[in-house]
Amino acid sequence: MSVAEFFNMGGYAFYVWGSYGVTLLVFVVEILMVNHKRKIALQEVRMMREAGEEL
Amino acid sequence: MNRLSIINLLVLVVRRDLLLAMRRRADVLTILVFFILIVSLFPLGVGPEMDMLRKMAPGVLWVAALLASMLSLGRLFSADYLDGTLEQMMLAPQSLSVLVLGKMISHWVVSGLPLVLMAPVLGLQFDMSPEALLVLMLGLLLGTPVLSMLGAIGAALTLGLRGGGVLLSLLVLPLCIPVLIFGSGAVEAVSSGLSVTSNLSLIAALLMLCLVFTPWVTAQALRISME
Amino acid sequence: MAINWFKYSAPSTFYGLAGKLVPFFAIPAAVLFAIGMYIGFFVAPVDAVQGEAYRIIFIHVPASILSMFLYLIMAGYAALGLIFNTRLSSMMATALAPTGALFAFISLWTGALWGKPMWGAWWVWDARLTSELILLFLYFGFIALHASIDDPRRADRAAALLAIVGSVNVPIIYFSVKWWNTLHQGSTIKFTGTSMHIAMQQAMFVTLLACWMYAVAVALVRVRSIILDRERTTQWVSELKEIA
Repeated sequence: MSVAEFFNMGGYAFYVWGSYGVTLLVFVVEILMVNHKRKIALQEVRMMREAGEEL
Repeated sequence: MNRLSIINLLVLVVRRDLLLAMRRRADVLTILVFFILIVSLFPLGVGPEMDMLRKMAPGVLWVAALLASMLSLGRLFSADYLDGTLEQMMLAPQSLSVLVLGKMISHWVVSGLPLVLMAPVLGLQFDMSPEALLVLMLGLLLGTPVLSMLGAIGAALTLGLRGGGVLLSLLVLPLCIPVLIFGSGAVEAVSSGLSVTSNLSLIAALLMLCLVFTPWVTAQALRISME
Repeated sequence: MAINWFKYSAPSTFYGLAGKLVPFFAIPAAVLFAIGMYIGFFVAPVDAVQGEAYRIIFIHVPASILSMFLYLIMAGYAALGLIFNTRLSSMMATALAPTGALFAFISLWTGALWGKPMWGAWWVWDARLTSELILLFLYFGFIALHASIDDPRRADRAAALLAIVGSVNVPIIYFSVKWWNTLHQGSTIKFTGTSMHIAMQQAMFVTLLACWMYAVAVALVRVRSIILDRERTTQWVSELKEIA
């Protein structure tokens, strides 16, 4: 089986790669969002503490 | 002071709520007009072919009834919440579940029963047969109380929230899908000469389930919302 | 030696434990995905009826299974939080909801892409696809209700009640949709209708495991952020070394 044949998926390339591509995209976006949420949470804790120290 | 029996209490709550509803008759009328309007929009949208309309009728009438009953749910507890009556009810020695059941019943009388009575008239617009109209009414008679009761849970959970109306529909509509399926299924069954008992008894089963559980669940939801 | 199971039910102790656990789920998830995809694309033979398009099921079926189980697990955690008033279980429920919704979305998306070549339509009102759509709405309801209540404790409890009502309803909804579907003569081709090759089963099973690991890892990272958010003002949070 050649590489081109593999990516062609017997004519179903759009459906197969469309499925896996979007799934991968969803996973990547979720991971990015989860990490972003963590960064924000840490930042807010830091701001909170600095505000507390100034008082 | 003698303790009220459950039936007396129910009658008391229902009577009070109906009295309050009668003072705002425009609200009841608005729901009914909304129902008629939605149903009448469908032929305008899909064209006047009678064959298609006859086929669509049960679904259209049921969906419109579903949407119309969503409309009034927001007011189920909010008036009592705003003037503090709800807080008094929660402090009362009587069971909150029974009070809630009373409110559900009066909500159905005000917003469900008019739909049941109006539906056959609208069914005529879709050229439904007399048997189909009868089954439609029976289905709605059993199904609209379920909508009121499931809706009460949503109304209690979204009490006092901003944007409560849209949220309420988002919470309650998915839960109402079985009623919609069995209700319109019954009418379709009678139109194609099949027995309607299975569909109708399934709605009746849902009604029984809701009667047992939803008053208690709604009471819990109210406790959560009022804390 | 008696193990104190409740030690980790406090957010402050669980925060550290969750942090340590994340790699133990994230790395196997990545490895298992790679293995699952390898078996799915290179070992499993072409399906006689569906051709290469059947390879979509290796992600579609695990995603569907996960979306349903995550809802039940979420409802379970929410119920624990409601009954025993444990804050951590409510936080876990909140952390699981977005992942479950995403799996429901993946299931719908891949179902549509599988349906187009098989049924000739992007969307068929098949009992399973329809139930999956309703499940997605139930997730949206949970997330929206939780997000629109400002007080986190009230949000937890209200959303928990909704999740419990929802999970009682899921079987009723599934049954009613199936009933409706058989009345209206639904689809004839099934995802797993033809007998499956052993490699096909392996690919699906390995991907399912990978999805579980992924879901746990993401939920753990998310619950840590939720803990930080909620416990912002406490002493132990300000003493964390990642804050400095």
